[in-house]
Amino acid sequence: MTAAADVTPLRPIDQFEVDYAFHKRRAKLGWLIASVLFFAFFAFSAWLGDFFKVTQVTNVDGSREWRWIIPAGLPRLGEFIEKTLPDLHWDSLGSDLAEWFWRWKVWLNLLIETVLIAFMATALGVFGGFVMSFPASRNLAPNKWVLWFSRRYLEIARTVPELVWALIFVFCFSVGPMAGVLAIGLHTAGALGKLYSEVNENIDMRPLEGVKAAGGTWFDQIRYGAVPQVLPNIISYTLLRFEINVRASSIIGYVGAGGLGQEFREALSLQEYTDLSALFLIIFVTVMVIDYGSEKLRHRIIGLERGPAT
Amino acid sequence: MTPTNAQIKDWMEKQPLAFRDTPAVRARKIGLWALFIGLFAWCLYDFNFSPERIWVGLQRLGTVISFMFPPYLWETWPEWLEVFTALGETVAMAFLGTVLGLIIAFPVSFLGAKNINRIFWLRHSARRGYDIIRAFETLILALIFIRAFGLGPLAGILAIAVSEIGTFGKLFSEALENTSKRPVEGVVASGGSRFQSILYGIMPQVLPVHLSIILYNFESNVRSSTILGIVGAGGIGFMLSDRIAGLFWDQVWTIILLIIAMVYIVDYLSGLIRTRVIGKWEGAH
Repeated sequence: MTAAADVTPLRPIDQFEVDYAFHKRRAKLGWLIASVLFFAFFAFSAWLGDFFKVTQVTNVDGSREWRWIIPAGLPRLGEFIEKTLPDLHWDSLGSDLAEWFWRWKVWLNLLIETVLIAFMATALGVFGGFVMSFPASRNLAPNKWVLWFSRRYLEIARTVPELVWALIFVFCFSVGPMAGVLAIGLHTAGALGKLYSEVNENIDMRPLEGVKAAGGTWFDQIRYGAVPQVLPNIISYTLLRFEINVRASSIIGYVGAGGLGQEFREALSLQEYTDLSALFLIIFVTVMVIDYGSEKLRHRIIGLERGPAT
Repeated sequence: MTPTNAQIKDWMEKQPLAFRDTPAVRARKIGLWALFIGLFAWCLYDFNFSPERIWVGLQRLGTVISFMFPPYLWETWPEWLEVFTALGETVAMAFLGTVLGLIIAFPVSFLGAKNINRIFWLRHSARRGYDIIRAFETLILALIFIRAFGLGPLAGILAIAVSEIGTFGKLFSEALENTSKRPVEGVVASGGSRFQSILYGIMPQVLPVHLSIILYNFESNVRSSTILGIVGAGGIGFMLSDRIAGLFWDQVWTIILLIIAMVYIVDYLSGLIRTRVIGKWEGAH
C-alpha cells in the first residue's frame, strides 16, 4: 500500500489486472510443478510396477517372440475368463447346472461356515472395539498413558490386514475357521474401535457430569452417561462392518483360515476353471443378499430411533 | 424430598410400565439375546474352540510375539534395498491402480448421475455395472490377473484399477448428484450450453469432493495392495508371506512395523495434500 502511494496510483481495474496476472502466473507455476511431480512419480511407479517388462510369447506356428507384457497378457486373460465360463445349453439346462455346481453340498457347508465366521468375528470385534473405544477417546480416557496405549493397540490391529493376521493365527491356532475368526475379529476390533472412539468424542459430556455428581465411578459414568448416547451409531457401524466381514471371510480361506476361500485355492491349483465362476457366483449372491438385508435392517433401526419410543 | 424405599416400591407397583419394558418388548429382547448367544455357542462348538486349543495357540502366539523385541535389522545394504523396493512396489501398485481406475471411472461416472444423464435405463445400467464391479473382491481379481500377467506387481495394479472403477464410479456419481442446481441455472441463464453448464456449474462444486475421495481411496489401496502380495502380486506382502512361510518371525515383525510406518507416511502425505488443496479452495468461496 505504502509503495503504491509513491508512484502514480493505478486505476482499480488496472490494479485488478496486475493482481490477476500475478495470481494466474503463480497458479500456472503451481500446476506445472504438481504435474511434473505427478508424471515423474507415475513413470517411476510404472517402471516399478513392471509396465515396461518384456516377456516371451509363443506364436501359433510355435516360434517364440518378445513382446511387451500388457499386449502379451491380454489374450491370456481372455482365454482364462473364457475357460471359467460354464458350458450351458438351453435344452439340457438342468444337467448343465448340476455339473457346474457339482460340489454344491460342500460349498453350501462352507458358505454357512463363511457367514458364521463373519458373524462371530463381528461379535468379537464389536466387543473388543467397544471396550477399547472408551479408553481410546480423548474425553473419556482415565489418563494419558491408557489413551496412548489403547490408541496404538487399535492402530496396529487395523493397519495390519486381516490376511496377515490370518497367516500368523493359522500358525498359532492351526488351520481352520478358528484362526479366521480371530484374525477378522482382531482387525474388526481395530477398525471399529477407532470409529466408536470418534463417536465417543462427539458426545454430550453433561450426562457424565451428572452421574459423577451423583457419586458414580468411571465405569458408572461410561455405562449410564456415554453408552446410551452412542448406542444407535454403534449399531449402524456394526451392521456395516458385518457386510465387510462377510467379504473378508469369503477370501480368508485362501491362507487356510476356513470358509469358501480354500475352495478357490483348490479350484485354481487343480485347474477346475468352471468351479471358479460357480464360487464367484455364490459369493456374489451371498454378499448381495446380506448387503440388502442389513441395509433394510439399518433403515429400520434408524427409523425406530426417529419414531416414537417403543 | 428423597423418596424412601417404601415409596419407590409403592410407585413401582402402581405404574409397573414406567420402570420396565412391556412384556412384548421384553420377550423380543430376551428372544434376540437367546438367539445371539445360541448362535455364538454353536459357533464355538462348530469351530472347535476348545480351551486346550486356545491355550496351546496362545503359547505359540506368545513365542511369535517374543520375536518382536529386539527388532530384526538386516545387515547388508542389498537386503535393505530389497525391502525398500518391495515397499515402493506396494505404494506404486496402489498409486497406479488408483490413477488407472480414476482415468476410466471419471468419464464413466457421469453416466450414473441423475442430474447429468437423464436416460433412465442407461443410468440404472451404469449403476448396476458399478455394483457388479465392486462385488469382485480385489484379491480374486488379482488371482485372475496373475494367471494372465504372471507373478508381480502388474497383476496387483490391474486388480486395484478394476475394482476402483466400480468404487470411483459410484462415489463420483453420488458426488455429482449432491451438487447445488443454482450455479447450473446461472450458467444456463447467461446463455451457456449444456456442456458449459456442467463444466462451469457442476465441476467446481465436485472437484474438492472428488479429490478427497481419490485421496481416501489411495490410502485404503495402500492397505489392500499389501494383501495382494500374499497371493503373489508383488510388493511387501509377497515378502511378508514368504517370511511367514519360512517362519522367520523376527523379520516378519520388522516388515509389519515397516508396513505400519509406510501407511502412516502415506496417510500423512495425503492429509497434507488434502488440507493444502481443499483448504485453498475453501478460502476462495
